[in-house]
Amino acid sequence: MSETVARDSTSRALTLALVVAFVCGLLVSVVAVSLRPIQRANVEAERIAQLELVLTALSGIGRAQSIESLEQRMVELASGRFDDSIDGASFDAARAAASPATSVSIPEEQDLAGLRRRAKHAQVYLVRGDDERIDLIILPVSGRGYQSTLHAWLVMDGDTRTLRALKFYQHGETPGVGARIEEAQWEAQWQDLRAFDDAGVLRIGVRSPGGGYSDDAAYQVDGISGATRTMQGVDGMLRFWLGEFGYAAFLQRVREERP
Amino acid sequence: MSDNNWRILTRPLIDDNPLTLQILGICSALAVTTSLDTALLMSLVVVCVLALSGAVISLMRRQIPRSVRIIVQITVIATLVIVVDQLLQAYAFELSKRLSVFVGLIITNCIVLGRAEGYAMHNGVVASTLDGIGNGLGYSLILIMVGAIREFFGKGSLLNVQILVPTSQGGSFEPLQLMLLPPSAFFIIGGIIWLIRRRRPAQVEKPEFSLRDEREASK
Repeated sequence: MSETVARDSTSRALTLALVVAFVCGLLVSVVAVSLRPIQRANVEAERIAQLELVLTALSGIGRAQSIESLEQRMVELASGRFDDSIDGASFDAARAAASPATSVSIPEEQDLAGLRRRAKHAQVYLVRGDDERIDLIILPVSGRGYQSTLHAWLVMDGDTRTLRALKFYQHGETPGVGARIEEAQWEAQWQDLRAFDDAGVLRIGVRSPGGGYSDDAAYQVDGISGATRTMQGVDGMLRFWLGEFGYAAFLQRVREERP
Repeated sequence: MSDNNWRILTRPLIDDNPLTLQILGICSALAVTTSLDTALLMSLVVVCVLALSGAVISLMRRQIPRSVRIIVQITVIATLVIVVDQLLQAYAFELSKRLSVFVGLIITNCIVLGRAEGYAMHNGVVASTLDGIGNGLGYSLILIMVGAIREFFGKGSLLNVQILVPTSQGGSFEPLQLMLLPPSAFFIIGGIIWLIRRRRPAQVEKPEFSLRDEREASK
């Protein structure tokens, strides 16, 4: 009987709870940290694989595209200029966005994607046609969704105004609801969607429920019902990255240099 | 292996199956059984988690104060599940994406906590480990049967190997779309329960109350 009393004492319960919490916490941390390099390699491979899938689909039947065949460039986002002083092969966008030296903080009223900071540089890919004209511009984009950060490839036409594809390659949205952003049927809506009107005003977005008809309808896609917060995330992500704090300067430069 | 240990291991397969007798763990059984490969991986994960949680909790059973026992059990189970989930994301990335949240949800699978509280807290390490493996295998057995039936009739394939050619590719097999939707798992599990209880009438539960007509008829 005395043993039961000792076992049920408050101090005993607290001690055991602390020990269990400490040991379990330690175990989880060690496993998570030691496996992270392999997991990151998996995500990176997935990211490349998704891009190759999109490009193969865009290039017409039978012409498989590999990432090696693309022109990889580093862009300084503020000026929109190419900056080849940074080595693209070792560039890590997530690390660059986290470090104060290689990133800038986003003013709150402009932070439509909910990112707080963004890297000063971005790694973009270009596909050139036979006459050296830029056919496709491939831009990495990200933004806050409902319960995770969405990462996607944004493929723009060489005219810098039309979307060719939007492909999400990493997210942690609710399966069956927000996670439907990966479905081919929904993704197909982005193909050949105009992002800017003829005056160059950014009008792209996700149609909001109950929004009724507006002039913007031609520049918007249908949202996924039940995934309102994810849709707001996708909408904000596109407006941010195509806006002036995102790739606007770069796109402007490409447009001007286009023959 | 002694007779007793053998019994602990095999009883949960049919006689005391957690899914068909205790009706536990149905949620994940619906979600991960659209194809056989995800059902197999989920089975493997659940067997590992049940065996390890049984062993760990049985080892600690004399130390755990009664007042905090459930939270200690959940912490141990959650740790095991997170470790397994991390391993899957590193070494089985494709499948772990398809299982998505359902690996994490093993934490709340009633079978795991049920075995920890109901068995491992009162029994030795060997018996608890075997009980965990046995219950895991009982769960797996049903999961694999449901997964095989759903993939075969829903897609005409098994383990992604096409066996029946669907009409869309010029064959004569019309895929049953219903099989890929969650309700079909209910029908299949219900069918399995009915079959087992036909063979083992002892599993049939006594009705809690009888209908009026029956009462009158038995008079």
